[in-house]
Amino acid sequence: MATALLVIDRLCVRYDTRDVLRALSLEVARGEVVALMGPSGVGKTTALRAVAALQPFHDGRIVVDGEVLVPGPVPPESRLQALRRRVGLVFQGHALFEHLSALDNVTLALRHVLGRSRAEAEAVAMELLASLDVGTRAGAWPRQLSGGEAQRVAIARALAPDPPLLLMDEPTAALDPARRGALGEALRRLAKGGRGLLVATHDAEFARAHADRIVRLLPGEVAGPG
Amino acid sequence: MRASTGTPTLQPVIVARSLGVTGLVVCFLARLAAQGERPPLLVWGGDAEGGAPFVEADPADPSQVRGFDVEVAERIARGLGGGRTARFLQVQWSAIDQSVERGDFTIGLSGVEDTPTRRARHAVTIPYFEFREVLAVRSQDRDRVYGLADLRGRRVATLGATIAYDLLLAGRESTGVIPVSYDDDVHPYSDLVAERVDAVLLDHIIAQRALRRRGGTGFVILPQPVAVGHYVGVLARADSALRDSVDAVLREAMRDGTLEHIFRRWSVWDASQGALFDRILRSGAITPTAGPAPAPAPAARAVTAYLPSLARAAGVTAVISVLSMALAVAVGLGLASGRLYGPGGLRAATTVYIEVVRGTPVLLQLFVIYYGLAGVVRLPAFLAAVLGLGLNYAAYEAEIYRGALQAVSSTQLEAARTLGFSEAQILRLVRGPQALRYALAPMTNDFVALLKDSSLVSVITVVELTKQTAIYATNVGSWIVPGALCAVVYLVMSLPLAQLARRLERRWGAP
Repeated sequence: MATALLVIDRLCVRYDTRDVLRALSLEVARGEVVALMGPSGVGKTTALRAVAALQPFHDGRIVVDGEVLVPGPVPPESRLQALRRRVGLVFQGHALFEHLSALDNVTLALRHVLGRSRAEAEAVAMELLASLDVGTRAGAWPRQLSGGEAQRVAIARALAPDPPLLLMDEPTAALDPARRGALGEALRRLAKGGRGLLVATHDAEFARAHADRIVRLLPGEVAGPG
Repeated sequence: MRASTGTPTLQPVIVARSLGVTGLVVCFLARLAAQGERPPLLVWGGDAEGGAPFVEADPADPSQVRGFDVEVAERIARGLGGGRTARFLQVQWSAIDQSVERGDFTIGLSGVEDTPTRRARHAVTIPYFEFREVLAVRSQDRDRVYGLADLRGRRVATLGATIAYDLLLAGRESTGVIPVSYDDDVHPYSDLVAERVDAVLLDHIIAQRALRRRGGTGFVILPQPVAVGHYVGVLARADSALRDSVDAVLREAMRDGTLEHIFRRWSVWDASQGALFDRILRSGAITPTAGPAPAPAPAARAVTAYLPSLARAAGVTAVISVLSMALAVAVGLGLASGRLYGPGGLRAATTVYIEVVRGTPVLLQLFVIYYGLAGVVRLPAFLAAVLGLGLNYAAYEAEIYRGALQAVSSTQLEAARTLGFSEAQILRLVRGPQALRYALAPMTNDFVALLKDSSLVSVITVVELTKQTAIYATNVGSWIVPGALCAVVYLVMSLPLAQLARRLERRWGAP
């Protein structure tokens, strides 16, 4: 798959002397939802963080749409601009900006990173929020949103700069079964629109129902002991 | 006789203060121990901070005091008979009148001035020393200035709550001088040489002492006195019988030459003392010296008379507090950013600044900025006050901001990084606004504290609300009305602040 959107090649991450990830390799193509599965503590979040350049790694290579990350410390933000435009990350527990409304959470990067006008940014944000069924919650503060609503606002925020690759960390953790189904459908729509999605989850049912492929991360295989 | 010993530097002042406190404790313990078969004591109050030749801590044994007032007290104790001995009690000079009425000691002797007000409120002895209020000016002004009339629009320093200060207040209308009040009698002269003030009006003993300390250079004392006054002993109003006995002892001491002997020993004897003694021994009646002699006014009139100056002082307090807080916020933000974002060297430097400033008294810092730096940069008192308070509070603000910045969850900061914000944008758009909400309550708290700490700047000659209230209280002879008025003004300034903070917190919601 020479045209893969994301290539992770023998990724190794070590904390002190402990290997958290040992030679993880996977690829995500455009239009594809890939589930990264495994028990807690196996390094799923670490892998996503390494791809989002929040976390150094010690060996291997990560390529996102032509942008290459190499082992060593995380480069300064000024040298990550191209990567930042290619990767969106939805955190477990959403991490919305608490001092801004749902709408402003989504418009902030559009206005201050991409330089869009407020009206333009709000139009894009409202469309995104509506497509995720939280258009009516645009004026609410993060603390007023339910877990599922906050999750979808966080997805809208990550999608606002229009990154081709979307990483999601345990997106179903705060959702009941009905909402899980709705989320899965939303992810499928995003993939159909040409994005690649890498979803870390330990929810096997969700993965089977909505992912094109499942990559299993097991202790003793690609991940190190402990 | 008033505040301050030694050289015009900070250290002796502090030493003298702590000596004063120690002396007080020692005296108290001594008084407890003295209950019983010991010979009777004459406890007298004075201020050793005023120094020689009035009262000073004995350099050979700092637990003892010496000076002409010490010897006058001993002479009085001896003259009262019954084997009495004199025991010194340290009192702040400006509080001697109130303290003697409370019964802290029997007689106050410490360059206490003979004024109509004092005679009306307390039992005052006959004068035992005549002093002249003399003007000191810089040497180059000696041919231009001959009296207060030549100082129109110029700053003239003196000690607060004295005849000299009353003379200057009166002179504000008649001659257009600008009175500057000090809490001690050393710094007026150092500020004269430093050109912060243009003249000093004080007792000739104090002026001559200051000139001696400077080796006779830097300023000159004008030969023509502005006024003449007398030192007296002050007793509680109820002690008029004892006062009469003290008067008899003083007359005896004038007659038998012991007073002259004491004054000669301390090199303060001159012809006018002999003339004073003659007048007293012949007729007895000596008129007290008054500045503008605020005739004991009915309480209501006294209140209204002081309202304009209290309002002005409240304005000074408000302006100093607001400017200091603005400076504290700006510098505090810089320090907090340096401590969180700066390279190792800067982090260490900001940490040292914060710990040193928080760990030392703001009073000390004000002294250092105003007097200590005078050799390098002569800051006007108002600017020094704002700088001193602002730079002090900046250390506290910095710690508030650091804590508030660290309270913003790190996943929000990481979310901002994945969206492509620069570090500066993250601080401005995500971290800063949330930290501000966390910081709001402690900042309000600090501003209210600063409002009250601004009273400390009176030590560097700024007359703000508390100082003006103290002057007011001294003049009306009671703290009840002035204290209540002052408290109301502080509350009027601080309560709306707390209200505003609560409203902002409600509007923003708890983050």
